[in-house]
Amino acid sequence: MNAVSFIPLLLALTLSPLLPGVINRTKAFFAGRHGQPLLQNYFDLWKLLQKGAVYSRTTTWIFRAGPMIGLAAALTAALLMPLGKCPALLAFPADFLLFAGLLGLMRFFTVVAALDTGSSFEGMGASREVFFSALTEPALFIALATLVRQTGQLSLSTMFGQVSNAHWLHSGPVLGLVVLALMIVLLAENSRIPVDDPNTHLELTMIHEVMVLDHSGPDFAFILYTAALKLWMLGALLLGVVLPFSGGNPWLNLAMALGGMFGLAVVIGVVESVMARLRLLVVPQLLIGAGAVATVALILTLR
Amino acid sequence: MTWLLFAMAILLLGAMAVLLLSRPDRNVSWLGAGSVVIASVLGCVPVIHVLSGGSVEPVRVPWSVPFGEFFIELDSLTAWFLFPTLLLSALSAIYGVGYLRSWQGRRSLGPIWFFYCLLVLGMMLVLLARNAVLFLIAWELMALASFFLVTFEHERESVREAGWIYFVATHLGTAFLLAFFLLLARDTGSMDFTVWAEKGVQAQGLASILFLLAIIGFGTKAGFMPLHVWLPEAHPAAPSHVSALMSGVMIKTGIYGLLRALTFLGAPPMWWGWGLIAIGLSSGVLGVLFALAQHDLKRLLAYHSVENIGIIALGLGAGLLGMSTGSSMLIVLGFGGGLLHVVNHALFKGLLFLGAGAVLHGTGTLEIDHLGGLLKRMPWTAATFLIGAVAISGLPPLNGFVSEFLIFLGAFKGGVSAGGAIAVPLFALVAGLALIGGLAAACFTKAFGIVFLGEPRSEQVSHAHEVDWTMRLPMLILAAGCVLIGLFAPVAVRSLEMVLKGITKLQPVVVTESLATATSPLTWIMMGAVAFLALLTALVLLRRGLLARRRVETDVTWGCGYAQPTSRMQYTASSFAQPLTDLFGPLLGTKKKISSPRGIFPAEAALKTTTPDISSEEMYRPLFGRINEWLSQLRWVQHGKVQLYVLYIAVTLIVLLVWELR
Repeated sequence: MNAVSFIPLLLALTLSPLLPGVINRTKAFFAGRHGQPLLQNYFDLWKLLQKGAVYSRTTTWIFRAGPMIGLAAALTAALLMPLGKCPALLAFPADFLLFAGLLGLMRFFTVVAALDTGSSFEGMGASREVFFSALTEPALFIALATLVRQTGQLSLSTMFGQVSNAHWLHSGPVLGLVVLALMIVLLAENSRIPVDDPNTHLELTMIHEVMVLDHSGPDFAFILYTAALKLWMLGALLLGVVLPFSGGNPWLNLAMALGGMFGLAVVIGVVESVMARLRLLVVPQLLIGAGAVATVALILTLR
Repeated sequence: MTWLLFAMAILLLGAMAVLLLSRPDRNVSWLGAGSVVIASVLGCVPVIHVLSGGSVEPVRVPWSVPFGEFFIELDSLTAWFLFPTLLLSALSAIYGVGYLRSWQGRRSLGPIWFFYCLLVLGMMLVLLARNAVLFLIAWELMALASFFLVTFEHERESVREAGWIYFVATHLGTAFLLAFFLLLARDTGSMDFTVWAEKGVQAQGLASILFLLAIIGFGTKAGFMPLHVWLPEAHPAAPSHVSALMSGVMIKTGIYGLLRALTFLGAPPMWWGWGLIAIGLSSGVLGVLFALAQHDLKRLLAYHSVENIGIIALGLGAGLLGMSTGSSMLIVLGFGGGLLHVVNHALFKGLLFLGAGAVLHGTGTLEIDHLGGLLKRMPWTAATFLIGAVAISGLPPLNGFVSEFLIFLGAFKGGVSAGGAIAVPLFALVAGLALIGGLAAACFTKAFGIVFLGEPRSEQVSHAHEVDWTMRLPMLILAAGCVLIGLFAPVAVRSLEMVLKGITKLQPVVVTESLATATSPLTWIMMGAVAFLALLTALVLLRRGLLARRRVETDVTWGCGYAQPTSRMQYTASSFAQPLTDLFGPLLGTKKKISSPRGIFPAEAALKTTTPDISSEEMYRPLFGRINEWLSQLRWVQHGKVQLYVLYIAVTLIVLLVWELR
């Protein structure tokens, strides 16, 4: 463990709130607007941390604990996520299982905190959240299994360290399919178009946003920060496969990874600008499709 | 061994005592529960001794039963299963004291404690027996005792029906076991488990037939899909502390039997592993899907037992694949994960059933859609139920995650560079276990969220009360167990070493080494869990600091500006699960009865959904109907005249005698 291995963690902690800013600016560009400042998310976090809070009479300690457990899980998960070729602080065989477990824990408490309000809107969002995540979970695991099979490595850090140009040349289709599956997982898990629209103003159509309607003040700041971290980490997961080059020098690798991360944010922004969200009934097909794509990739590695 | 004999004697004495002393106006609960607790404490002494590497002299006493011998032995495999059995028996007994108090005066409690003691005794004997006849007698003792416990409230029609289904199912299973033991005895010329384990079955064909018999016979008890039909009937019908015991440990005797059978059968061919993984996948996925569609809390939990038995089968299947290919890593992780899940499931499923019992005790209903808001009224039950729910969903930092992690890790390690024949089932396991995990989280956010959170959905629930300490204490201990195994996973796994040495036929050194390397990630996981808890503490302090001098108000839940919400407007369990149950509709066969609102001022509207068990509806009901029709031709034999029945017996004996003298 050296100083360099702290850097992916520090970058995740400091720069993740920037990603939604980049996405928003990209969308504004497509819409011909000027858009909100790049640092809007930081301003929001700062403002929310200054505020008091309002709680529903229906709620209990579960509602107050939800955001804290979610953020603690996200921060722990950040210890496990490498950035491009730069290994994570904690790397051990099958560390991705702990990563996925922590995301599951975060989701569990977001959902029960939503149910704690007794609101039917939040119940609806909670129901959709568990529905979609039950379908993304197999896709994520099959994609990871394909990567394990392809690189022969069991830890995220060594796996991404191993992915090289040769892999892409030799088995490009496999990695391409994995990237596609992981991209759908990323969009679904982070409630982006085409699964969920973060800009919607109608409670009935929201998924993630509606679950956190009743949170306010510092609690809501925790939730916003957790969401940014989650986007960053799943982005890093995708990036590890997409970025096969190693610059040879850790600093160069980091610079490339950062460039890739913000490039990814631009891509998400473009996706959100050029397509509408899918009807809720069609979303399961997309997610099962992601699972199917990952399965095809896995089968290709079994030759 | 003296300790165990003492424990069994105390159970027997306790059983007799409660039966003799019981009167409707007398509370014999403390006597019954006391003997179970003392027996468990005594029994745990040799169990812990064996699990920490010691050994215990077996007991052999000649017995007048033909081919029978009172031969009991405590090896590491038995000890591993005996530990959760004794623990949960004692805790459920303490819980039962409080739980049964409401029946006191109306009903004599002697019989229920009598059968409870016998059930514990039966389970102990099943695990300890090393003679086939003794094993079958113990098996039957366990089945009958639990049958009488299930039918405790026999004045209710549904309970009697459930009891019969259980009775028939368990005896059909026993029939297969009888065939299994007879074939083995014929092949080896002995009824002795130790002889069977030494000799092993040499003929590959016979071994495969025996494997199938064991899967069906023991699988009926364990609840493999589609042999599970008795579980969702019997568990909800039984008193809750009995459900906890049956679901937590009694069905595990099926897993124990299967593992014990595997030690007799020699080297497994590849398809056994495939088969067990297929069974695990179907039990796991269908179990959790049916659980999602249930409206009754205990029925939901019963289907989750099917799911968890599926997860255990996945682990054992992976282990079998490892045995076929000689991969010590896969053996250790597959069997290790499966065995650890046996204990983990006993802890969290016991906890959840006790929690469900507390809900029933406090509110009088288990209908999820009538409950709600119980966390404020029953804080202890709610907190422990939450721990159980997170654990059963396989989420860190609790124990369910650890055992699922081991199974996943085995599959990934085994599949990383293996050929298709190994990699395909292992990756199917990965995908299936991931789906199961997602669905289980959906199901338990529903169970916890709808039952304990929000506002009460019916009048009776708003007067719910917390249960007394005899019921709270067992739940707290089980919850603590879930947390401890989750946080100290490496320690829990180290105690598996003796068991794995016993069942895998690997060199002891190899087991020690592979276990050490294979489970090294658990140390990191422990660090992850510690980091999580530290961060959580920091955040709690941060939030407290931030809100300390600020305005914190309370108001109504945001309802888009609507200020008069009623509890009937909340999302219900059915609506919560509806997207998933609709998507998997073809597998579930949910029946919907809708009377939709009509006219401008609709007076009433109703929606009723039921999800009957597909295998009992599509498979067993028609099958048994047909058999019943066919056998009704023989009804004239059964006329109710006892003297003629005696004659039948005499005639049969004479025919057999002639046959033998021929």
